[in-house]
Amino acid sequence: MTRKQKRGILIGAGVGILAGAAIMVAFALRDTIVFFRTPSDVVEGKVDLDQRFRLGGLVADGSVERGRGTKVKFAVTDTVETVPVSYDGILPDLFREGQGVVTEGKLDANGQFVADTVLAKHDENYMPPEVAAALKEKGVKLGPGAEHPGSNN
Amino acid sequence: MIVEFGHFALVLAVVVALFQTVVPLWGSLTKQPRLMETAKPAAILQFVLLCFSFAALTYAYVVSDFSVANVAANSHSTKPLIYRISGVWGNHEGSLLLWVLILALFGSAVAIFGNELPQTLRANVLSVQASIALAFGIFMLATSNPFLRLENPPLDGRGLNPILQDPALALHPPFLYAGYVGFSIAFSFAIAALIEGRINAAWARWVRPWTLAAWMCLTLGIAMGSWWAYYELGWGGWWFWDPVENASFMPWLAGTALLHSALVMEKRETLKVWTILLAILTFSLSLMGTFLVRSGVLTSVHAFAVDPERGVAILLIMTIFVGGGLALFALRAGELRQGGLFAPISREGALVLNNVLLTTATATVLVGTLYPLLLEGLTGAKISVGPPFFNMTFIPLMVPLLIALPFGPFLPWKRGDLQGVAQRLIIAALIGLVAMVATMAVASRGPWLAPIMMAIGVYVMVGALQELAFRAKVGSAGREEVLRRLWNLPRSVYGTALAHFGVGLMVIGIVATSAYRIETVLVMKPGDKVDIANYELTFKGVAPFRGPNYREQVATFDVSRDGVPLTTLSPSKRVYDAPPQPTSEAGIHAAWRGDLYTVLGDAQVEDGGYAIRLYFNPLVRFIWLGALLMFIAGGISLSDRRLRVGAPRRKSRQPAVAVAPAE
Repeated sequence: MTRKQKRGILIGAGVGILAGAAIMVAFALRDTIVFFRTPSDVVEGKVDLDQRFRLGGLVADGSVERGRGTKVKFAVTDTVETVPVSYDGILPDLFREGQGVVTEGKLDANGQFVADTVLAKHDENYMPPEVAAALKEKGVKLGPGAEHPGSNN
Repeated sequence: MIVEFGHFALVLAVVVALFQTVVPLWGSLTKQPRLMETAKPAAILQFVLLCFSFAALTYAYVVSDFSVANVAANSHSTKPLIYRISGVWGNHEGSLLLWVLILALFGSAVAIFGNELPQTLRANVLSVQASIALAFGIFMLATSNPFLRLENPPLDGRGLNPILQDPALALHPPFLYAGYVGFSIAFSFAIAALIEGRINAAWARWVRPWTLAAWMCLTLGIAMGSWWAYYELGWGGWWFWDPVENASFMPWLAGTALLHSALVMEKRETLKVWTILLAILTFSLSLMGTFLVRSGVLTSVHAFAVDPERGVAILLIMTIFVGGGLALFALRAGELRQGGLFAPISREGALVLNNVLLTTATATVLVGTLYPLLLEGLTGAKISVGPPFFNMTFIPLMVPLLIALPFGPFLPWKRGDLQGVAQRLIIAALIGLVAMVATMAVASRGPWLAPIMMAIGVYVMVGALQELAFRAKVGSAGREEVLRRLWNLPRSVYGTALAHFGVGLMVIGIVATSAYRIETVLVMKPGDKVDIANYELTFKGVAPFRGPNYREQVATFDVSRDGVPLTTLSPSKRVYDAPPQPTSEAGIHAAWRGDLYTVLGDAQVEDGGYAIRLYFNPLVRFIWLGALLMFIAGGISLSDRRLRVGAPRRKSRQPAVAVAPAE
């Protein structure tokens, strides 16, 4: 093998792997990303019924209703619109009414959001940045802890 | 007073860093040995000053001096001593001080142990190292000073986030930083080499131990973080592809590539330009990790409280060092003479494949981590990129890497015989196939890929052992000869084999846990029994308990197997005194075959039952055991005599490659 051929093989292999990875990344980005939506987006019909998405906002006051076993219903609000959510599982420690929350799942035919994941972060003052930004857009005044996500750690 | 001394020492350290940035570099450019020689005492002085400064802050934490703003915001008088100490780096300002301290530690280590380095190289390295300390020192004094006093000190502090009050997490940041910051040495060496415009095998010999030490610490740091998340967060998961996890994982991937390419450079004087680039990129990714964690742009557990100013300042530092480093690389890389070529099928070829796959994997993680930021910046759309993305892009790159891995150590330098190696590795492949069949027999469900991945993990482990056996001539030489050969094998060979064995072990743990975990959520009343993974659990009830700085509700489960009582598990829900934050503590029964993992949920309103979450995570310990083996393997390699000495002595025989005219 000549010098050129050897170099060709090495470069070819490198470029091939990189191109393959780039294609995989492009496909994965198309198929696996999840959009973040606010209750207003949902009510305004900006969301496809068959698409998974993340619904974020505040847990509406007085909305948490524990059902049989680990079933729970609550509502997520951006203070303008409210979307009912159902979830079957154990809620995170920091899940509370009036606190920021991000849920992931799908809308069902009745306009209820069926969540399979509920995230409330690990700090009592924590406000997920998406939620904080979305609430700000809706003109909700936030406490000092919520202005800057992440509080003291 | 001590706090003021600490503050003053920090300011002095920054001044020393300024001196150390300018004077030695000036000396090396104008060829004045006396100026270059100042680098050594300056580096040591800088380290001593920062040590004192750090000790002063630690003292303020230990004695709970709440007139210091940082202590008041992050500590509490009732906190156990160890968490008062770990609280020093449990916040933005203090962890930054630790960051700079470790930077100075590495710098002074080069100053002390680098007596045999060429004088100009040492001066330049320490100069670059000091410039990083200078940038972060100014940043700290201007925006994140941990020594600021409060005019009206509170009676007690606000406390450390309770989920951070944990032994593994007390050690996680120091190791992580030692890893991140350790790569600064590789960066400084790379920049110094570019400033001088020359580089040789001795350079790689110098860089490799530092990179290895940094890589070890990063490996252990990431593993500790993962272990902590596993038992503390109560989700039973060990890796979430969280952006901040990715921020530490990217330098690890790039650093692993650097470790392997520096090997090629040291042994064969080739891949020079690439190794330099990789050194710059690895530290750039470390800086980016620091930026992502502290800028507040990410949604994460780790996100420090940060005002936008700080984010911009860190972005500026990052731009200067990454941009400056890459610009210097673009200017000078052409002047570095390329080394000899090699056949694609050779040790070098295998290591190049390792590098291509690892850097491509780094790039996919980078895309997945930054794409949401990019998209939001461009279109305002908010998205999250989760595990499905990484599973789809990362795993396809790891499969060929793992299959090729055992080939590397078997292939000789320059030119190898692929068929011969493949024949030897048939044994490993066959044992892997046995593992695959066994997996399919034990687990009837799960994804089709899982048994294949189990086979690959076992194949990697056996392949690593086979390499040792091959070198010791097991099977062809007599017993005494084999023992003699095993005894005489260089430690780095053992290090390599052990690290690769650890990789295989980790793959097995990851695959088994991801594919075959059992998870159930149910409501139990006292006296209820449930079966999971051959264990029988009896729920005894829940009782309140008072800890040193928390109250908790503790559930009790009697665990038995085949009717024989085995252990008692006590998952609990805690509420800490300061800050009053609830946390869940999982009850875990660890065994080789897997972990039984119990989490207590909320009480049911009507009937006195409790929501209980149960997991069985098969072979999950192998993940961290694998990482631990890699850490130990790094230590074994570091202790190899060949790594410690030799470089400068070899130099007298092999004169440094001078700047060659651009080809």
